[in-house]
Amino acid sequence: MTALVLLLALLGGWEAYARLSGIDEFVLPAPTAIAQALYDDRSLLWSNFTVTAGEIGLGMLVAIVLGLACAAAIHFSDGLRRALYPLLVGSQTIPIVLIAPLLVAWWGFGLTPKLAIVALVCFFPIVVPTLDALDRVDEDLSKLMRTFGASRWQTFRMVEAPAAMPGVLTGAKLSVAIAAIAATLAELAGSDAGLGNLMLKAIPQFETARAFAAVLILSAFSVALFALLALAERRLLPWARQPRGTVP
Amino acid sequence: MPTRTRTPEEAPPEVDTGLGAVCLRDVSKTFAARRRGAAPVSAVRGLSLTARPGEIVAVVGPSGCGKTTLLELVCGLTGPDSGTVEAAPAALMAQRDLLLPWRSAVDNAALALRVARVERGAARERAGALLRDFGLAGFERARPAELSGGMRQRVAFARTLLSGRTVLCLDEPFAALDALTRQEMQDWLAGALLAQPRTVVLVTHDVEEAIVLADRVLVMSPRPGRVVASLDVGVARPRSRTDPALVALRERALQELRA
Repeated sequence: MTALVLLLALLGGWEAYARLSGIDEFVLPAPTAIAQALYDDRSLLWSNFTVTAGEIGLGMLVAIVLGLACAAAIHFSDGLRRALYPLLVGSQTIPIVLIAPLLVAWWGFGLTPKLAIVALVCFFPIVVPTLDALDRVDEDLSKLMRTFGASRWQTFRMVEAPAAMPGVLTGAKLSVAIAAIAATLAELAGSDAGLGNLMLKAIPQFETARAFAAVLILSAFSVALFALLALAERRLLPWARQPRGTVP
Repeated sequence: MPTRTRTPEEAPPEVDTGLGAVCLRDVSKTFAARRRGAAPVSAVRGLSLTARPGEIVAVVGPSGCGKTTLLELVCGLTGPDSGTVEAAPAALMAQRDLLLPWRSAVDNAALALRVARVERGAARERAGALLRDFGLAGFERARPAELSGGMRQRVAFARTLLSGRTVLCLDEPFAALDALTRQEMQDWLAGALLAQPRTVVLVTHDVEEAIVLADRVLVMSPRPGRVVASLDVGVARPRSRTDPALVALRERALQELRA
């Protein structure tokens, strides 16, 4: 509620400043001008939005599949933990801005370099909480499963994997917040469609309001995805929110 | 080379009850130091213990006398440094219920059946029937967080029974419960074991619990643990806590503990 009031106050201030100061519309469009652009360019924005949404969705999917496989592999093997973990951390220091144009040079203007960049950015925040949750599974539970004659795989499937689900969702929530930035960045490096591409073209065309509208759509999309994941967490993992009943 | 066999046939000859036996002979186990520079911990030394098929043996001892190590040896979770461990396959029930918070009561109870690849429907049916026997009718679909401590221990016990192991290792199963619930659960467990006999090794620091439940009570020394006294509880079941014979035995056990 207070967030809404604050937002309205900010928008009001912005509107007043844009109108009264005589600042050029190309430099700072008023909120009403952005709303107007949102409506006027709706088909253009929509067709570019579907491109970017696809990049974000598929890129997240790739990141989740690779991230979970990687977390499981590290969890199972101490050798892989020593070999892979430093590489994973290292992968996060790659300056995306620099390699994005390279990826475009290798793979063209299509979907592939975008997926690679979104996946590269989103991968790490998924691996870390997932691995953490896997490592924190109660050792006594593994012992219990062993007295039942469970194989290593059965213990993973029945105990460790479900116990790691809250970690997976935490990771997905962290990733979704940065996936949009990664997709935009990838489009800026070379693309023929998408909201990032639209922003890039709108500025020199003095269509600043359209660029702002594109940003607005992207933020709304990220917030919606985040809310969806939070909802999934509440629905699918209600046990993770309840206080643990067990006594240590 | 310490040996461990899982064949109940090698146990001392007994009337065939279909239940397994446990036999530890002169077992020692030392754990490496947790911190660099600290001395290794000798958990048990020269420990001998037998449980005949269908016998309930309680082990009491001071804290840290290697009681948990004893159970891990019986369950095959760890091997002895020296001596021999012969035990039929055993299931472990710990002080903490260790129920999976995402599984319902019935699915938790059915866990061992599912590990043994029993089909889901059949596993649920057997687990559900046992839970109802245990007074948990109507709570089959409840998650562990919705159950009281006593109820959770009953689900955990159902899970242990359904593992099909004829030897049960109970590690202070009721220590986490309040005093009143603990007494209720002890009486309940005595009844449950009367209905479904098993060979039981019960580890506890509660002497009264040991006397009320066991056929025989073993007293362990402080670490490194070994058995220093063995008391036969020749009192018929159901037992009453206030039975003078039980009270006298409790005093004797406490004396042995203090010695």
